[in-house]
Amino acid sequence: MLTLLFDGVAYGMLLFILAVGLAVTLGLMNFINLAHGAFAMAGGYITVLLMNRAGVPFLACLAVAFVATALLGALLERTLYRPMYARPHLDQVLFSIGLVFMAVTAVDYVVGSMQQNIRLPEWLQGRLPIEAVGIGKYRLFIVVTCALLTVALQWILSRTRFGSRLRASVDDPRTAGGLGLDVNRIFLATFAVGSGLAGLGGALGAEVLGLDPTFPLKFMIYFLIVVSVGGTTTITGPLLAALLLGIADVAGKYYVPKLGAFIVYTLMIAILLWRPQGLFARAR
Amino acid sequence: MAASPAARSLAGYARWRWWELALLAALPLSWLLLPGQSLLLNEIAIVALFAVSLDLILGYAGIVSLGHAAFFGFGAYTAALFAKNVMPDPLTGLAVAVGASALLGLATSVLVLRGSDLTRLMVTLGVASILYELANRLDWLTGGADGLQGVVMGALTVPGSTLAGFAFDLSGRTAYAYSLVVLAIVLVVARRLVHSPFGISLQALRDNRLRASSLGISTSLRLVAVYTIAAAIAGAAGALLAQTTGFASLDVFDFHRSAEVLLVLVIGGTGYLYGGVFGALVFKLLHDLIAAWTPQYWNFWLGLFLVALVLVGRDRFVRPWTWFARRPPP
Repeated sequence: MLTLLFDGVAYGMLLFILAVGLAVTLGLMNFINLAHGAFAMAGGYITVLLMNRAGVPFLACLAVAFVATALLGALLERTLYRPMYARPHLDQVLFSIGLVFMAVTAVDYVVGSMQQNIRLPEWLQGRLPIEAVGIGKYRLFIVVTCALLTVALQWILSRTRFGSRLRASVDDPRTAGGLGLDVNRIFLATFAVGSGLAGLGGALGAEVLGLDPTFPLKFMIYFLIVVSVGGTTTITGPLLAALLLGIADVAGKYYVPKLGAFIVYTLMIAILLWRPQGLFARAR
Repeated sequence: MAASPAARSLAGYARWRWWELALLAALPLSWLLLPGQSLLLNEIAIVALFAVSLDLILGYAGIVSLGHAAFFGFGAYTAALFAKNVMPDPLTGLAVAVGASALLGLATSVLVLRGSDLTRLMVTLGVASILYELANRLDWLTGGADGLQGVVMGALTVPGSTLAGFAFDLSGRTAYAYSLVVLAIVLVVARRLVHSPFGISLQALRDNRLRASSLGISTSLRLVAVYTIAAAIAGAAGALLAQTTGFASLDVFDFHRSAEVLLVLVIGGTGYLYGGVFGALVFKLLHDLIAAWTPQYWNFWLGLFLVALVLVGRDRFVRPWTWFARRPPP
């Protein structure tokens, strides 16, 4: 029971790290980016390929996954995404679906369509023998890493100069620009970090979530659930939503495997029907 | 009776144009002139029908849906199950599928009334995903991941006559004629619908919902009505697919299908009813062309096409002569 809860928490934390970049682009910049999962997939594949083919150690791979996807995100933001910000939502949806299709097929072409396995280092395998509660070492690693990242993010957003600049640019880009903030560059940096976090999440999650070319399509709805249920005005909303989703999904799959993802979708529709702006959104 | 200027202007919109008549005339001509291509043409007609139904809610009512395949798939499974378990008559099956999809549309229409574009995307996507899961899990009924096999369709008979009827053959001649007739009927009915006061009020609330409701248009009821109608038409398209192929599989609920129909509609253009028909034609021909060349990686080119289409802008995309012209100042 407690093991299940812990696995759910680990899963939820992972979802949060994967989706937090989306919460920023979607909630703050009002851009519907369905291709967010593609960045996560990129991170996952970078890690798997580096580890299995070049023998790079796991932790170094995580760092590379973060940096490489952040760079990729920055490149795409500058070239493709920026003209899309002011477009209607329909255009954004079509555009990002197009990107997803391209990413899925490209990975299929380059790496192949089979599921990729990751070999964890020795010190992350096995379980900690704590009284009655079996805790996977790797799950614990995920929880700790993601918790640290969450605290760091919260701190950056609320306490640093960059955080206040970002919040200002989001609230009113015109005024922020008029005050001398380089809004484009702030958005670029934010998008890059968001993509990088997705890449890191994809790398961490390759073992838990599984990794194959359809990853962005399979998890797209999960990321969107986290963001739309959590609301996008704060960072705690998506965090709570991700934890809720993680626990509900793990518990649901364990107790009623017949229903599968059914519970999650029904829960989402019910919540969105009840509070269309998300569970934890402040009234605007 | 002296018509007011407004009434005359609206009547002007509703007049039949020459190209509309030409299009409707081209439908039976394609059946006569291209007998060898009936299978492909049948697919085109079904996709066109599906896209026309999406146009009603996207182009006329402004609801962005990522889960329109829910109704398509529901119609397909209903028709297939009806033919397998109750009776093999195609017309009755079609009517049942349309009715069932309309009920589903009515039931889920409350979900799209509230919230932002994002909420609607999520909810429509969620409904389609739930149906996908259901079709996957209820394998005693739907065959699960293997699809519903062993559907045998009866011959197509003209109601009230004693003729032998037309059996569905391998070349798809009967199937295509059947789909064409349904498509033509839907086009004429939908045309009547969007030029009616109901259709015009829909466009009003698409453009400015607040203002429309302050003019006394009850927006919720109209959205429910159009969503139900669109669901019924999508169900008809799904039923046609299941009946003419004698098969229904999980693929009909797939996210791919919802995204594809959105693309078809955007290629053809939204909000003038025929976009779905032209879009389906272009899309399917492109698909056929590229898939013959690289069957496995067709999705890549589809994605590239989507990205290019949006980046260039659809209006400019269909007018290549403006590509190198100077942009007019905004």
